[in-house]
Amino acid sequence: MGHDTHVQAKSKKQFEYDRHHNAMHMRKQVINFAIMIFLTFVAFAVVVADFSPYFIKPVILLLAGIQVVLQLYSFMHMDDKKASHMGVIATFVWSGVLIIFPVFLTFVTIIWW
Amino acid sequence: MSSVAVSNKKGFGATLWDYLTTVDHKKLGVMYLFAGTLFFAIAGFEALLMRIQLMIPNNDFVSAGTFNELLTMHGTTMLFLAATPLLFGFMNAIVPLQIGARDVAFPFLNSLGFWLFFLGAIFLHLSFFLGGAPDAGWTNYASLALYSPGHGIDFYVLGLQISGAGTLISGINFIVTIITMRAPGMTFMRMPLFTWTTLISSTLILFAFPPLTVGLFFMLVDRMFGANFFDHTMGGNTIIWEHLFWIFGHPEVYILVLPAFGLFSEIIPVFARKRLFGYSSMVFATILIGFLGFMVWAHHMFTTGLGATANAIFAVATMAIAVPTGMKVFNWIMTIWGGSVKVTVPMLYALGFIPSFVAGGVTGVMQAAAPLDYQLHDSYFIVAHFHYVIVGGIVTAIFGSMHFYWPIMFNRALNEKLGVLTFWIFFIGFHLTFFLQHFLGLMGMPRRVFTFQADQGWDLFNFISSIGAIMMAIGVVLLVINIIITAKSKPLNCRDYWGDGRSLEWAIKTPVPFYNFKQTPLIRGFDPYWLEKHDGNKEGMIYAEPLGDIHMPNNSILPLVMSIGTFIAAFGALYHPDGVAWSIPVIIIGLGITVASMILRSVKDDLGYHVHVEEVIATEEHLYGKGGNK
Ligand code: HEM
Ligand SMILES: [Cu+2]
Repeated sequence: MGHDTHVQAKSKKQFEYDRHHNAMHMRKQVINFAIMIFLTFVAFAVVVADFSPYFIKPVILLLAGIQVVLQLYSFMHMDDKKASHMGVIATFVWSGVLIIFPVFLTFVTIIWW
Repeated sequence: MSSVAVSNKKGFGATLWDYLTTVDHKKLGVMYLFAGTLFFAIAGFEALLMRIQLMIPNNDFVSAGTFNELLTMHGTTMLFLAATPLLFGFMNAIVPLQIGARDVAFPFLNSLGFWLFFLGAIFLHLSFFLGGAPDAGWTNYASLALYSPGHGIDFYVLGLQISGAGTLISGINFIVTIITMRAPGMTFMRMPLFTWTTLISSTLILFAFPPLTVGLFFMLVDRMFGANFFDHTMGGNTIIWEHLFWIFGHPEVYILVLPAFGLFSEIIPVFARKRLFGYSSMVFATILIGFLGFMVWAHHMFTTGLGATANAIFAVATMAIAVPTGMKVFNWIMTIWGGSVKVTVPMLYALGFIPSFVAGGVTGVMQAAAPLDYQLHDSYFIVAHFHYVIVGGIVTAIFGSMHFYWPIMFNRALNEKLGVLTFWIFFIGFHLTFFLQHFLGLMGMPRRVFTFQADQGWDLFNFISSIGAIMMAIGVVLLVINIIITAKSKPLNCRDYWGDGRSLEWAIKTPVPFYNFKQTPLIRGFDPYWLEKHDGNKEGMIYAEPLGDIHMPNNSILPLVMSIGTFIAAFGALYHPDGVAWSIPVIIIGLGITVASMILRSVKDDLGYHVHVEEVIATEEHLYGKGGNK
């Protein structure tokens, strides 16, 4: 364990490949960021536009769901399949969601405020 | 070269310093074991006092107020400060060996977890000397706790907050260790069951402790800084505490019982001398229990008026847990079935465990039927139920595993004969104490009462129950005597003490060197040591790498200093409501110490050190004689 740590110099090809890769990544990041800002704007817009609550509530919940997925997969890099243990990480994150859902449900249904 | 010389004798001061600064999982395992035993003894003594009080009707051995304090401290200590650390002791000592790792993933955090737990525990126990212990039950329901005078509840809240942080840290550490540090070839489906249950139970810690932290924090600001989360007269809601507490509390019982299941799943195949029956279904059942454990918390609150629909849903969910649990029980029985069983002390505990735990599970399903629970709730039936699962399931696992793993942890073996005697005294005492409590409950005796009137038909059963408690106490004293005698016995210096070891921890010769395996082993299948033994490999394992330098972490005093900082800050918070001038400065100084040590830790790189090949060879020769670990 831990012996033989090699240091390797990057070749020019490798450097260019990485550069291109990073640029692509950045573009994706910016696009997702724009989408998230837009969704936030939509959420505010439906409230300001004074639609019926039966429309507003499901729409906002839906948008929130999309935001969570974007946040996790784009900003927190869960879409990076090659990263080590990504399967385990995804399992843990979604188990957490599954576990907290009934808690959320009981708190909004049977607790008397 | 001179550094090759291996030192063996150290002075007392040096040894103490070594333990205060150690980051070695084996030493921390031992420290958890002894700290856990200490608190087990304290909480056991409290239980004994309660049983003496309840021995005869209208007794005045302790006052009502003292009884409440004993009751609360008994429950809190047993669950958080005895059972949890004792199991952590085994996890620390055994899991890295089972998966072929050098240590846990974050040795520094491992030490921090221990010291936070220990200082939190000390803080809680100081309440006895500083104006009275907490007295609102281990569940600390807000409707009682908010109105409890004195500082008892504040000790509970702050003490659990600190030791809970330690538990959470250790839990995360085990998750990372088991996921990332398995030896080559040790796939998930080749992991021993104790490692599996440690993983799942650490995951439950990860998900269950944050709700407790939130609840405790609300309680803290309610009591110490005048917030009103749980005060209904100010628009709060006392039931929210119960929800937060049980969202943590039910998973907590599985956090404790799953590692116990894991320990028995190690003990039973070794002494039945047969492969564990239904390995993959055991893994599946463990995961399923973990999941379902989060969906059932409201079964503790059936009588708070959740409504029929909610009660029905939680009742069905609760009953569903009986299915994976039953799978496990049948798998253990099928492992024993047809094996050539050797009845050693650990196996005795395992054989005692199965019927006792099943009895506890059956009463659990009874309580899960919501309409029946209206009858059983807050009666002695509940006390009988949870002691059958806790004592019959968890304590038997801990005692059995002490005998089972003592050779690996201390290179000594606990005395068998005394062990058998201890088992019978403890086991008979346990059933005497708790079996009749089922009927006391059905006859209407409420739980958490400090005395009762004579001639209601409860006198005899209570008397017998107290006799049983005294027997259990004798059993525990015998175990401690056994430990003391064993400390003086000759070292074993062998591998595979029981002769039928199957998983990797038995392949290593004791005493285990500080770096564990001199080379990382290669795992060829489930029960790797048994496989190698079977193939005639005398060394017990094959290696995944040549002998090379070993990278090890440095010791550090910082975890202890960080924990002392939180300990000091807790006193500031505790006395804040009294309006003393020094409370805020003390909070700041305490947290300052913690943060300063954190900064020191982050700024100063600590890259560890290398044990060179020559030193490894010298250590092996020093421990095992010429030729090293062969
Ligand atoms: C396996 C380890 C278990 C442990 C350590 C454990 C522990 C406990 C504890 C401490 C209580 C008392 C709560 C209180 O203070 O009011 C309790 C109550 C309860 N347990 Fe368990 N339990 C376990 C397993 C089970 C199982 C398997 C079931 C059902 C299938 C179950 C069902 C219940 C129910 C319904 C209650 C609530 C009773 C009431 O408050 O009226 N438990 N348990
Ligand atoms: Cu429960």
